[in-house]
Amino acid sequence: MSRVLPTPGRVLEVGAAWLLALLWIAPLLYAFWAAFHPPAYVTRFELLAPLTLDNFVEAWSYAPFGRYFLNTFLLVTLILAGQFFFCTLAGYAFARFEFPGRDLLFALTLLQLFILPEVLIVENYRIMSGLGLIDSIAGIGLPYMASAFGIFLLRQAFKQVPRELEEAARVEGCGFLGVLLRVYVPVAKPVYLAYGLVSVSTHWNNFLWPLVVTNSVETRPLTVGLAIFGAPESGVNWAVISAATLMVVAPLLLAFLLFQRQFVQSFMTAGIK
Amino acid sequence: MPRLKPATLYGWLLFAPAGVMLTLFAFTPTVATFWQSLFSRGTARRPSRFVGLDNYEAMLADPVFWRVAGNSLWYALGTIPTSMAIALGMALWVNSKLPARTLVRMAYFTPTVLPMIAAANIWLFFYSPDIGLLDQVGRGLGLGGHNWLGDPSTALGAIIVVTVWKEAGFFMIFYLAALQTIPPDLKDAAAIEGAGRWTWFRRVVFPLLMPTTLFVLVNAMINSVKLIDHLFILTKGGPNNASKLLLYYVYESAFSFFDQPYAATLTVVILLTLGLLAVIQVRGLDRRIHYR
Repeated sequence: MSRVLPTPGRVLEVGAAWLLALLWIAPLLYAFWAAFHPPAYVTRFELLAPLTLDNFVEAWSYAPFGRYFLNTFLLVTLILAGQFFFCTLAGYAFARFEFPGRDLLFALTLLQLFILPEVLIVENYRIMSGLGLIDSIAGIGLPYMASAFGIFLLRQAFKQVPRELEEAARVEGCGFLGVLLRVYVPVAKPVYLAYGLVSVSTHWNNFLWPLVVTNSVETRPLTVGLAIFGAPESGVNWAVISAATLMVVAPLLLAFLLFQRQFVQSFMTAGIK
Repeated sequence: MPRLKPATLYGWLLFAPAGVMLTLFAFTPTVATFWQSLFSRGTARRPSRFVGLDNYEAMLADPVFWRVAGNSLWYALGTIPTSMAIALGMALWVNSKLPARTLVRMAYFTPTVLPMIAAANIWLFFYSPDIGLLDQVGRGLGLGGHNWLGDPSTALGAIIVVTVWKEAGFFMIFYLAALQTIPPDLKDAAAIEGAGRWTWFRRVVFPLLMPTTLFVLVNAMINSVKLIDHLFILTKGGPNNASKLLLYYVYESAFSFFDQPYAATLTVVILLTLGLLAVIQVRGLDRRIHYR
């Protein structure tokens, strides 16, 4: 075999890339260490330190994480369903229908890419209380449903559908909604998948608006629950906080590790289009 | 009477649901923010009344505002170029023939899927004085302990480090996607011309990445405005406002001090900043279209 020996420069570069990777993953690895060992080993790194699940048991009993999980699950499902509904219809309108005011409406819609719901917490809070939706899961989700990002993404996807496909469906007697459901939506499936992954991970992790709009265990998502749990004044020890932190990130992290390729691809598609 | 064309009717009907939502939760609150900023804070005795630009005057006279605005600027300057440069480096590495490439890419990207709150919990422990990991390592190297988050001169820096760590892997993805569209024959051609790696990067790769850089830049700027979750865990804006950012100050004014008009006034500053970004982005997008 005539493999060329790597140059010292190359070795250095690979080393640097690996070192950076180690540095980037270290905080998470550390959280694993702290969570699976007794509190006495939080800063004592011994190879034979005893393993334990006590921290998880303790975290679970200190705060209603089961309820928080349910809330987050309901929240991301509700947001995703709403986004698919509103963005599909609006994306279809912008992609395939000529109507007066379309370009202006599209420009206004895109403004929401910059003026994010996070920034409007003060006025959105006022509107939510007007609607009687303070401290409800719908109240957390509503501002995110008509997402400019989703509308834009689906419009691009629908635009690429050949007109002939649509005409064939029309000949078979499909109305404008039939065409949408039978032709456009199936073709855009990969975009829905990508958008769905990005949406779920965004809202699983979202914090500021849920913090503002919720004030009870029945509505609080995981992130807000974790923030209250981990507050220094709560007096909970590091090992337990680490365990709680890992519980919160586990579902998403597991999904990411299992479907790494899809995740990366999704974030790429969603970013480029 | 002219008949309504079907395309017009369907177009409007299809947009209507999203239009209602956008009006309720994006357009109305935006306009209401400007309007609200012109009113005084209502109390039980004195109801809120129109005061014109008084809130803006108060803001300009508020030393905390200037401190917070300065912090936000430093936060942007500290996070944006650093995370973008690291992201580009990561993308170049992950796109090259690196041993254990998938693993390295995963390590870079993982912080992106973690909630900022969870990340902040972990980092809080790194930063805590004496028992924290950073101080333990420092002691091993013979350095004294330091209260990273409690010292006004290091608090904002500590926050910036967490943000860079969280964001670099996310931006890497966009660079990676762009790198993969560069045709391989271009590299062969450059190699025939005798271009070294640095020349190849500077003359070919970097210019081709310009649209991506612009896209990432705008995203990074938006994030530098909205990414404040970790403040809630790490410093709460302290000590003595040393790490307080604009959006956090908005939150505090509205929901801790219950001064909604002042919060609205501060929000207007954010909205104007974001509006400016929107203009930059649209200009840039135009250029990108011409470029193709």
